Amino acid sequence: MTHKFLIHHRGDHVGVAVVDIESGERVQGVFMDDDSTVEVEAKAAVPLGHKIAIAALDSGAEVIKYGIPIGKTTAPFEPGTYVHTHNLRSARW
Amino acid sequence: MVVQGYRRENGKVGIRNHVLLLPVDDLSNAVCETVAKQVPGTLALPHAYGRLQYGEDLDLHFRTLIGTGRNANVAAAVVVGIEPNWTARLADGIAESGKPVEGFSIEGHGDLETVRRASRAAQKLMQHASELRREPAELSELTVSIKCGESDTTTGLASCPTVGWVVDRLVDEGATVFFGETPELTGGEHLIANRCIDETVRREFTAMFDRYTNQIESTGADLLGSQPTQGNIAGGLSTIEEKALGNIEKTGTKPVVGVLDRAEAPANGTTGLYFMDSSSAAAEHITLMCAGGAVLHMFPTGQGNVIGNPVEPVLKITGNPKTAATMSEHIDHDVSGLLSRELSLDQAGEQLLELCIRTADGRLTCAETLGHREFVLTRLYPSA
Repeated sequence: MTHKFLIHHRGDHVGVAVVDIESGERVQGVFMDDDSTVEVEAKAAVPLGHKIAIAALDSGAEVIKYGIPIGKTTAPFEPGTYVHTHNLRSARW
Repeated sequence: MVVQGYRRENGKVGIRNHVLLLPVDDLSNAVCETVAKQVPGTLALPHAYGRLQYGEDLDLHFRTLIGTGRNANVAAAVVVGIEPNWTARLADGIAESGKPVEGFSIEGHGDLETVRRASRAAQKLMQHASELRREPAELSELTVSIKCGESDTTTGLASCPTVGWVVDRLVDEGATVFFGETPELTGGEHLIANRCIDETVRREFTAMFDRYTNQIESTGADLLGSQPTQGNIAGGLSTIEEKALGNIEKTGTKPVVGVLDRAEAPANGTTGLYFMDSSSAAAEHITLMCAGGAVLHMFPTGQGNVIGNPVEPVLKITGNPKTAATMSEHIDHDVSGLLSRELSLDQAGEQLLELCIRTADGRLTCAETLGHREFVLTRLYPSA
């Protein structure tokens, strides 16, 4: 397995680690809808199942996954940022 | 596609052959549990409620117990209640399905005499059930339910899409499938609304979704901290929207043909994909769907929920390789190969469909072999 994360759709801002990713590691992601790939350098450790950013976003921006908003950033993202509750919150509650 | 099932008096097809000992109320659990020891092979379903309930909450209580008794996985039932009237209400409700039912009330007799009478009835019903045989039935005659639990991001990537693949096949075959988890559609409710087959169904779905969200909002509570759960967050899910979108993957792509209230069965002769209003708590949810007539449940899990149901077998599917390794005794189908891309979705789906058929034919699920029998009634408000 060469890829270390998967992205649901082209246009998504985040992918999901499918193995534990170490901080500083250069990792490949695969888009599940067309099998194309992207590479980013992990800015922090990302455990299996947790998210890694593949786009730069300002604070307060909508975050897209599955092609649909899953919440808003509470801090800026850059490609490789570890994304979780510390920098992403629900827009619903 | 053919399965080997039990055809009941009303034509419905079940995949298990239980004789239930069903208490109307909490007070009658002791008799039911004693009879279960006296007549091995019977299945007592103790629960915590049934006294001084009223209105919609009482209706739901009876709808759930009657539906459980009518479920096609049940061959026959013994009903025990403290008072004769409500005992008869439950027994008569089950008897409408045509299957043998006997009811016993405790007042005026006491536990010991009721155990004696109920045991004699249970013995006869066990012998009746033991002569029933599996016979070929169409896969399309089954009602299947779905709900995921202890979700993480792998459920949205692997186990839920696998279940969604099977749901599409089941619906194409002409089977009936229930999904629900009303609050866990939040963020993706428009996707379900768009799949409703017509305006009437769409209005019904929207009304049920709004009923739940209004009820939550009316408490003034913040679901942050409960939704996503701590387990969801540990598994990488950050928001309710993200959780909902993964959850919705398991509903497949077919139109939603109808909307059901909690524990409600679809009208006779109708099939397809139904939404049932329900909590997202696993035991409550599966209890309601079983009462609506579901005979087999597919349960995608990420971090490893161990749920089972006494009447409706629960198959667990995970895409999380750590869960598959550390909780293998709970996992019926490991689809972690979808994450490493060594497995295709078609392969994962075909394997799960085959496992559904083997389970329908009689193979025990992990939860059945481990004795998971979570039977949990939903309450709408406190007793009087």
